[in-house]
Amino acid sequence: MNLSVRVWRQSGPDDKGRMVTYDVKDISPDASFLEMLDVLNEKLILDGDDPVAFDHDCREGICGMCGMMINGVAHGPERATTTCQLHMRHFADGDVIDVEPWRASAFPVIKDLVVDRSAFDRIIQAGGYITAPTGTAPDAHATPVPKADADAAFEAATCIGCGACVAACPNGSSMLFTAAKVAHLGLLPQGQPERDGRVLDMIDAQDEAGFGGCTNMGECTTVCPKGIPLNLIGRLNTDYRKAARTPH
Amino acid sequence: MSDLWKLGDDIADTAAPDGPVETRWERRQFSAKLVNPANRRKLTVIVVGTGLAGGSAAATLAEAGYRVRSYCYQDSPRRAHSIAAQGGINAAKNYRNDGDSVYRLFYDTVKGGDFRARESNVYRLAQVSVNIIDQCVAQGVPFAREYGGLLDNRSFGGTQVSRTFYARGQTGQQLLLGAYQAMERQIAAGAIEMHARHEMLELIVVDGRARGIVVRDLVTGEITCDFADAVVLASGGYGNVFFLSTNAKGCNVTASWRAHRKGALFANPCYTQIHPTCIPESGTHQSKLTLMSESLRNDGRVWVPQRADDKRAPGDIPEDERDYYLERIYPSFGNLVPRDIASRAAKNVCDEGRGVGPGGLGVYLDFADAIARLGRPAVAAKYGNLFEMYQRITGEDPYEVPMRIYPAVHYTMGGLWVDYDLQSTVPGLFVIGEANFSDHGANRLGASALMQGLADGYFVLPNTISNYLASGPFEPLSADHEAVVAARTAVEDRLSRLLAVDGDRTVDSFHRELGHIMWEYCGMERTEEGLTKAIGLIRGLRDEFWSRVKVPGTGEQLNQNLEKAGRVADFFELAELMCIDALHRRESAGGHFRAESQADDGEALRHDDEFGYVAAWEHGETPTLHKENLEFEYVHPSTRSYK
Amino acid sequence: MALKLLMAVSGLLLVLFLFAHMAGNLKIFLGATSFDHYAHWLRQLGAPLLPDTWYLWIQRTVLTVAVLAHIAAATVLARRARAARPVRYVHRPKVQGSYAARTMRWGGVIILLFVIYHILDLTTGTLNPNSDPQHPYANVVADFAPARWYVTLFYTLSIVAVGFHLRHGLFSAARTLGQQTARGERIARGAALALALVLVVGYLSVPFAVLTGLVS
Repeated sequence: MNLSVRVWRQSGPDDKGRMVTYDVKDISPDASFLEMLDVLNEKLILDGDDPVAFDHDCREGICGMCGMMINGVAHGPERATTTCQLHMRHFADGDVIDVEPWRASAFPVIKDLVVDRSAFDRIIQAGGYITAPTGTAPDAHATPVPKADADAAFEAATCIGCGACVAACPNGSSMLFTAAKVAHLGLLPQGQPERDGRVLDMIDAQDEAGFGGCTNMGECTTVCPKGIPLNLIGRLNTDYRKAARTPH
Repeated sequence: MSDLWKLGDDIADTAAPDGPVETRWERRQFSAKLVNPANRRKLTVIVVGTGLAGGSAAATLAEAGYRVRSYCYQDSPRRAHSIAAQGGINAAKNYRNDGDSVYRLFYDTVKGGDFRARESNVYRLAQVSVNIIDQCVAQGVPFAREYGGLLDNRSFGGTQVSRTFYARGQTGQQLLLGAYQAMERQIAAGAIEMHARHEMLELIVVDGRARGIVVRDLVTGEITCDFADAVVLASGGYGNVFFLSTNAKGCNVTASWRAHRKGALFANPCYTQIHPTCIPESGTHQSKLTLMSESLRNDGRVWVPQRADDKRAPGDIPEDERDYYLERIYPSFGNLVPRDIASRAAKNVCDEGRGVGPGGLGVYLDFADAIARLGRPAVAAKYGNLFEMYQRITGEDPYEVPMRIYPAVHYTMGGLWVDYDLQSTVPGLFVIGEANFSDHGANRLGASALMQGLADGYFVLPNTISNYLASGPFEPLSADHEAVVAARTAVEDRLSRLLAVDGDRTVDSFHRELGHIMWEYCGMERTEEGLTKAIGLIRGLRDEFWSRVKVPGTGEQLNQNLEKAGRVADFFELAELMCIDALHRRESAGGHFRAESQADDGEALRHDDEFGYVAAWEHGETPTLHKENLEFEYVHPSTRSYK
Repeated sequence: MALKLLMAVSGLLLVLFLFAHMAGNLKIFLGATSFDHYAHWLRQLGAPLLPDTWYLWIQRTVLTVAVLAHIAAATVLARRARAARPVRYVHRPKVQGSYAARTMRWGGVIILLFVIYHILDLTTGTLNPNSDPQHPYANVVADFAPARWYVTLFYTLSIVAVGFHLRHGLFSAARTLGQQTARGERIARGAALALALVLVVGYLSVPFAVLTGLVS
């Protein structure tokens, strides 16, 4: 396949940035999107140009490191697929493909397609955990957990923290990310003691990080590579309301 | 001995207690010196890597009151490659009442490691395995459960008991998030100082002790030195020396290799695990390989065409022209033979020209029988998500066309040598998780890597490191200390050299070529001739690398090619040592198969008398071999047979 | 989060009012006497406990506060959203969400303009061609006379905008107030659509009845 790729080039946080068009030739339809960028970079290096910087690591859809807007859609046209698992067979010969970084003030661009997502870590730091110091745990079977709760907690816990939800949200909101963690821990008996404080603190942290508010548009869940459902946001809202009412 | 290596003195694990294996850990914990809680905050520990081992160690040390500084090259500690582990984690809980016990897990692991692991370590691993599950459940790891609300188990990797705990096909992810969240709690509390997007490029050794590291900020390129009372490496395995592997693209040996060059012995580098069920390469663009869970072999049948160069579509090949070679060669285990056996059998049929798919590097894993027998819905319920993943990557529908699979490098059993306390030969340098060599011998059993990483990080290291730290805090260091300046200058010089070559070949092209050499000659089957040839090729390629590599950009910015170049440079040196280790070990054991050492039926043949030791290599112009002799007081070496 | 709760609660109050208002409007089909009687009754609601028109003023105050709160919260949230994405995407296809969800902000502005006009028209009578406070029925008929087709058009567009606004607004309010099951989501989305449709049909029936001469 031969393609034209228009890529966002930005040399650093202070650079204004712009789209630059490159021709990429002889791409196998079996190559992944990132492998197509690898091919482009090999050429750029040999031509003496600066290769395109992009984040990636496991390349099997689980680490959450990769992510870019492909033709305006987070992680590209395939549903429930990370960029590294998107293959070129979903494009046609001669296509022009636009590639941009996640855009959110809480995710500042570091270089080209690489953004700083440490705001997500700060949300987790605010309360996305269960306090269980090593060695203090009772036997694993001490507290049975209904299978339905365990399964629902797992579904929520599959979030890979890639940031596609924020990138796709017209409000730049991180609500789905926060909701997934609040649901994961809130569905388990082990998560109950800290449930109220967790949701209040995590919401504060996401507001502080500069994410927008949620207007229940559902863009986030559409692009989520793990299909984290939108209704978890409703769960988060309930938890928040209850917690805000309870004196602490 | 040869001109490639020298024989040094034997080494011994001086930290390990003797006496009854059941109480060794307890006795070691009792004999180890402790640090008073008030003094812990005066002690700093650097932890490199944030996977299961590094993440759990950092969190636990911080909870104990030590000051921890944690480093990872990813943008968040949550992304370490432990996250990709699929199958599960073993623990001797015996929740199934099926005869499991600490002793049985110990026994299975020593045997599975083909009698090349240390009994003391493995017994301890089995003992703490039960605490790991408790700990993870308390943290909120959503393990699979049964309708009664209790934890579910499955059998895995050919054991006869159900001791594997799992969270769908994402057990590694869930365990890592548990450790990550524990870490983030300590980061919020100020007990851990986290440095993401930083890469360790050198170990600082002062007066014979590991006292710090030199790191590069991957965003700004700034080089800094960080000092501590102890350094913990949890930087993972070195499978990426093969270029194509199931590792993440960033996985590298640099932290371990730099420590090795500073005096830490590197043990058993040739023990590499090749996983039989991976999705084959689809072309020269291939950048990594994806593992498909081993569970597929429970219902899929492996076959290739009977004659070589048969280009017909699989559906057009009649039943009597197919060779279900695993069922033919291993009638009693059939498609369920262990990983090393299945991988080598696949290589053999492909070498005969009977491989399928692009380049003839693949074999069929056919579910037609299973679909006919169980019905499509039942197959979908069991393997639906794996089929989907396969289809996403290959574009082929495994319900209609047999899957194509091929072995790929998956895990490295070798690593930095450590004693029972997980301390390397450099005092103050501790090594945990896949980065050390300690528990799996020559072959790792399925669902044991997660167990070892968390055992080391949550339970073993936090108890043993106190014995060392009790003699601290050590003398404060400053940036102008001779050893610090030397380490820093070495890093800066190396980066400048890489940038200065300005040749005409990319880093990836070298890495790919190195990978080809390793896969060809130091992969699933090794020979004296091939390994000798490989060493020559590696040296030639390394020289070419240093004269022709082109690294664009500067060192003062985010420069992903500079990062890669440094890693590949270290892979060259490691690759040579791997080949030397493989060459010197003239036996077949676990993940190391020497063609010269096979039984009449073509199976692996160990030589316990001659090679019943850990090969720990000292760095030098010519590497020096130090042997740690292995003694088996409980599990007596026997031959593994699967026919 | 508090802002979103404010949006939801104030929005729901306004929806309740819309339904009551619609019920009153539909009385126009019972004839001039009935309709005018209803309008007068409204002014005396609460009597004799409350003096004349007091209830109406209480309701107006509550509604005004709700509208202002709704707008203020929306403005703050919109500004925050803009701040959260300072650099726009070069390539941005239409979002996948419903038309209703995408048009909440501009739809809200249209509705506000309409409400101002509507009050000047039929409450104060400033812009009404008939402007007889004693005979609201006649005012309505005069308003939607065929010659003043542009008024009817504006009214129609505004009511449709209200419909869209509610279709997403009602679902969104339910979410904000904690709706969280998949089944509940289907119900909430269905109910939002149904209620929005009822309101649109109910409100539009009046001008179209006048336009077609059904009410004169």
